[in-house]
Amino acid sequence: MKILTETQTAPPAETRTSLTSKGGGPRADRLFRSMALAAGLLVLAILALILITTTRQAWPALSDQGLSFLTSREWNPPAGKFGALAFIYGTGVVSLISLILSVPISIGIALFMTELAPRRLRGPAVTVIDLLAAVPSVVFGLWGILVVAPALVPIYRWFNDVFGGIPVLGKLFGSPVGGGRSFMTAGIILAIMITPIIISISREVFATVPSADKEAAYALGATRWEMIRGAVFPHSFGGLVGAVMLGLGRAMGETIAVALTIGAAVQVTPNIFAGGEAMPAVIVRQWGESSGMHTAALVGLGVVLFAITVVVNLIARLVVNRAEIRMKGAAS
Amino acid sequence: MTAATRPAPAGATGSPVDLTRRSLLRRRRLTNRVVTSAIALAPLIALVPLGLVTYTVISKGFAVMSSAFLSSDVTFSSRRLGGVGPAIQGTLLITALAALIAIPLGVFGAIYLNEYGKQNRLARVIRTTSDVMTGVPSIVMGLFIYVSWVLLFDAQSGLAAALALACLMLPVVIRSSEEMLRLVPDELRQASLALGARKWRTTVTVVLPAAISGITSGSLLAIARAAGETAPIVLVIGLVAKPEWNLLQPNVALPQLIYSNASSPFPIAQDRAWGAALTLIVIVLVTTIIARFVANRYAIKER
Repeated sequence: MKILTETQTAPPAETRTSLTSKGGGPRADRLFRSMALAAGLLVLAILALILITTTRQAWPALSDQGLSFLTSREWNPPAGKFGALAFIYGTGVVSLISLILSVPISIGIALFMTELAPRRLRGPAVTVIDLLAAVPSVVFGLWGILVVAPALVPIYRWFNDVFGGIPVLGKLFGSPVGGGRSFMTAGIILAIMITPIIISISREVFATVPSADKEAAYALGATRWEMIRGAVFPHSFGGLVGAVMLGLGRAMGETIAVALTIGAAVQVTPNIFAGGEAMPAVIVRQWGESSGMHTAALVGLGVVLFAITVVVNLIARLVVNRAEIRMKGAAS
Repeated sequence: MTAATRPAPAGATGSPVDLTRRSLLRRRRLTNRVVTSAIALAPLIALVPLGLVTYTVISKGFAVMSSAFLSSDVTFSSRRLGGVGPAIQGTLLITALAALIAIPLGVFGAIYLNEYGKQNRLARVIRTTSDVMTGVPSIVMGLFIYVSWVLLFDAQSGLAAALALACLMLPVVIRSSEEMLRLVPDELRQASLALGARKWRTTVTVVLPAAISGITSGSLLAIARAAGETAPIVLVIGLVAKPEWNLLQPNVALPQLIYSNASSPFPIAQDRAWGAALTLIVIVLVTTIIARFVANRYAIKER
């Protein structure tokens, strides 16, 4: 007893102070913590600053045009008319085309990597997707404008010849523009660029499907596809929606590749083989020659783009997070 | 008795039930075959654009590549090819500066999230915000720096471009570093704390070194992405033809050269764009490969 109490007594004062002083005292701890906190808060500050500064800069144009900024299709800088409908429409069409092309292939690749591929093929598959993600967007744009667009014109012609007479499809597959720079070309290039992000999120989602579910499906006599349909898809539906929305956010914000391949025609047309213009593309294209109200209107386009992509990304993240939490609950 | 009189199911007469694949309905077998082959084909479809892009950039880029091209000054002439020397220097300079700004801040942010905030409300908000910030279009980041920096000082500059790139890198660095810090086992922290080290000392001398290769590789990937960014740079960097070391002056970058030459009708400008594209891809690839190498070494050490 006595020995025990003796060992429990505090060490002499000098040793204790020397021990603590090595760390620089509690002040150093507090300083370090607040530095870390400040760096974390910086993210919030930047996002808030983006919203405030750009909105303030764009305000003259936004208040001058009012709602017609979003609903008018007349974009005429010399006359002071700034209606962004054609750009919003272009962004929508191009993003939609890219999703239609990219989503099935991306989910297929993600399924291949998680469910189908033999182990020795998974590494190379990941490398290919990483390389695809590493190619800068401007290089895709260069390739799109100089190689892809001209090469696609005959194919567009063929589509127009075959489907041109059919009521609805004929409007969609109208006569192509000469150089091939069009909604469709921009959509194809975008599809290539958003594939890696959709794949990487889908893979994470598929990886959370509990193997008990998969084995149960096999035990009931399911084929591999029936297992995927019955065990993997129901489990990962929410996460896949999130993955597609992240791809959508990426597609809407992509600037340079779209600017080079979409054709710079301010028009609202159902013809996907015709030239168009998208929100980010018009900003970078007209930036150099703009001034005054024109610049304010371009910044205003940026504000609209920012708002849309933040909402899309926020919903996507919430969907993915919720899906992940639910899955983890099911797995445990 | 009743069992004997019941008609036996087809394919199971006498013998035990057939459990091999042959007993499956033809439709099920066929669907399975078709869908799995489609899935197996999907990666090949992704391989096509990658192969075509690489092939075109290499073949067209090598046609103009020479040491003169890599070192000459920039020109927009329709007769002379010029070079990309100032643009290589500008890209490296701007990207390095952006990394110097973004990586320390990002690592500090990650330290807050993983070592201090953990799952509290503020940390969760910061996490979601940086996820959302990774999705902010790069052009919006360019506009932001333009209205809050370029207009303020009335000058397009290399520094403004670096700031725009740093804003783009910051959330990526935060999230990837946090992932790496989370992998550091708690026993290490506890051991260090038990030895009497303060929390900041534990973080700096124990946690960070344990995660450093993961953080490095994540940061290098962020650098590789930033080096290829075009839209924000085009808005805020201005344009020069000669090498520029002063960061407060306008500068020139490789992606910007590719963009401005790509839509030119002159073949020589297009050649210039291909040459610049090859240079840029080599820079990005080298960074990515180094990142991969660092990450792999880390993985081996973990095992």
